[in-house]
Amino acid sequence: MPLSTNSNFARPDDAFRAVVEAHRGLTDAQSADFDAALVLILANHIGDIEVLREALLLAKRRMIDGQQQQQQQQ
Amino acid sequence: MADANTHQAKTQFGYRRHPDQDRPGKDAAGHPVVIVGAGPVGLSLAIDLAQRGQRVVVLDDADRIGEGSRAICFSKRSLEYWDRLGVADRMVEKGVVWSVGRIFHGESQLYQFNLLPEDGHKRPAFINLQQYYAEAYLVDRVVDLPAIDLRWRNKVTALENRNDSAVLTIETPDGSYRLHAQYVVACDGARSSLRQMVGAEFGGQVFEDQFLIADVKMTAEFPTERWFWFDPPFHAGRSALLHRQPDDVWRIDLQLSRDADPAVEKKPENVRPRIARMLGHDKFEFEWISLYKFQCRRMDRFLHGRVIFAGDSAHQVSPFGARGANSGLEDAENLSWKLDRVLRGTSPASLLESYHVERSLAADENIRESTRSTDFMAPHSQQEARLRKAVLSLAKETEFGKRMVNGGRLSVPCSYDTPLSSRDAEAWRGGPSPGCSMLDAPLGEQAYLTDAFRKGGTDFTLLSFSNGAAIDMPAGVKDIRIGGEGGLADPSGLVATRYDAEPDTAYLLRPDGYVAARFRHPTREAIAAALSRAAGLN
Repeated sequence: MPLSTNSNFARPDDAFRAVVEAHRGLTDAQSADFDAALVLILANHIGDIEVLREALLLAKRRMIDGQQQQQQQQ
Repeated sequence: MADANTHQAKTQFGYRRHPDQDRPGKDAAGHPVVIVGAGPVGLSLAIDLAQRGQRVVVLDDADRIGEGSRAICFSKRSLEYWDRLGVADRMVEKGVVWSVGRIFHGESQLYQFNLLPEDGHKRPAFINLQQYYAEAYLVDRVVDLPAIDLRWRNKVTALENRNDSAVLTIETPDGSYRLHAQYVVACDGARSSLRQMVGAEFGGQVFEDQFLIADVKMTAEFPTERWFWFDPPFHAGRSALLHRQPDDVWRIDLQLSRDADPAVEKKPENVRPRIARMLGHDKFEFEWISLYKFQCRRMDRFLHGRVIFAGDSAHQVSPFGARGANSGLEDAENLSWKLDRVLRGTSPASLLESYHVERSLAADENIRESTRSTDFMAPHSQQEARLRKAVLSLAKETEFGKRMVNGGRLSVPCSYDTPLSSRDAEAWRGGPSPGCSMLDAPLGEQAYLTDAFRKGGTDFTLLSFSNGAAIDMPAGVKDIRIGGEGGLADPSGLVATRYDAEPDTAYLLRPDGYVAARFRHPTREAIAAALSRAAGLN
């Protein structure tokens, strides 16, 4: 099963908001702790190492694209 | 390895001059196999080869065993191998049998595991036994075998690899001499001098974290289990391990900081308060103290001309997982029957390449597993530390969190994706597939499948489940028959269950107890083809 990048939530704004709100009031260090736990919980729920690897690649690619954009702006 | 040890050598052996030393260098004596290094791997390999009818010379530069406990955990697989070598009973009798481990975080237990949760196996999941006992029992067995010529204080100082042999120059208290060997097996440990002589790289990862081993003697009521702590109250922020050995000796392993000064840390007066904090008392004596860093690395190739590397000389892992000595013993088990066949001329020399292929897979797996355990204990970055913290806290309330906590994954036999296996041609719902190690199972009271295999002579063996008719077998294959007239009884049905057997099912086992092929309906042709593939004949 490949990684699904279609929009899976009926109300995507609710999902985004739920994650954002979970971070409200946290310091950066607390947020990082929180994210670490959340990633592991979600990864286990997915339970498919191939999907997880694809997700990791996609996230990594975002990061690299972001860096390139920054460099171009400079 | 460590100073500050009250513990002295357990056994010392005499150097004896051998007639080979009287021969001039140009007319040096020749031997089929010379093993360098009389540790657990070299000695086990020597016994195995001798039992297969080979004459073996074993050289060791020391004259004693017993400098520290060193390896202490010997796996079920190693015990099954030692059974075939005639030494397992003594090891198990002396050793401390265990199968349960507990992982703690702070003051509370996160989970416990049982490494052998089912009955019907001759050997336990693990025994703990000081390496010097294991070596002493192996030496005793060697003495019973006239085909083994064990030479102490014989130090190899030069090696010349020729097309058809290797020539060793050996230093002794009486001066040096030379030997020709058809094959040399280098079992001379992590700092192998033979590895340097062949000019091989030994690449891998160096870990900066330091660990303190203290073997202490005390009477204690802890159960015979492996206890591992993350961030215990007595050793804040780091990990700790407690493990029982025979003679009221306990192995304690404490993680230290990366910048700890080894010379200071291993002074008994500095170790004592740490251990006292852990135990809650200071009624103990030190047996052995050692401070170590470790490396996970391997040689690219385990074969260098006529020199074959086995054990720590070929690959080195972190100690978490008991993968050092046990994987070395698996090397010996894998190599012995192949080398025997090559020396007899019943298989081509290319069969030895499969030793490199199969044991490389195992080395990679062992390095991967032990690196992961080490990384979990000593995270590299803040974010890695966060992920670990998340796992440890999730482990308190979730099953998946417990399964992610890595306090060492203990050694189990590797399964080989190997050219010696014949692929399954039929459907199987279970049982060991080709490339996997055979599984033990009970054959009535006090009798086991591994015994039947050993008594059969540990050669190629067909394990078959009777359908009433006789199997047409190729010559030279031993036979273990379950059920039917004259067959072995399987009263518990566990042999059939563990091998997913139906009437007529058969497994072809290699001399090292690995599955070469399996059949729902064996024919002579199919068995012969699998046999010839497993012997490296095609």
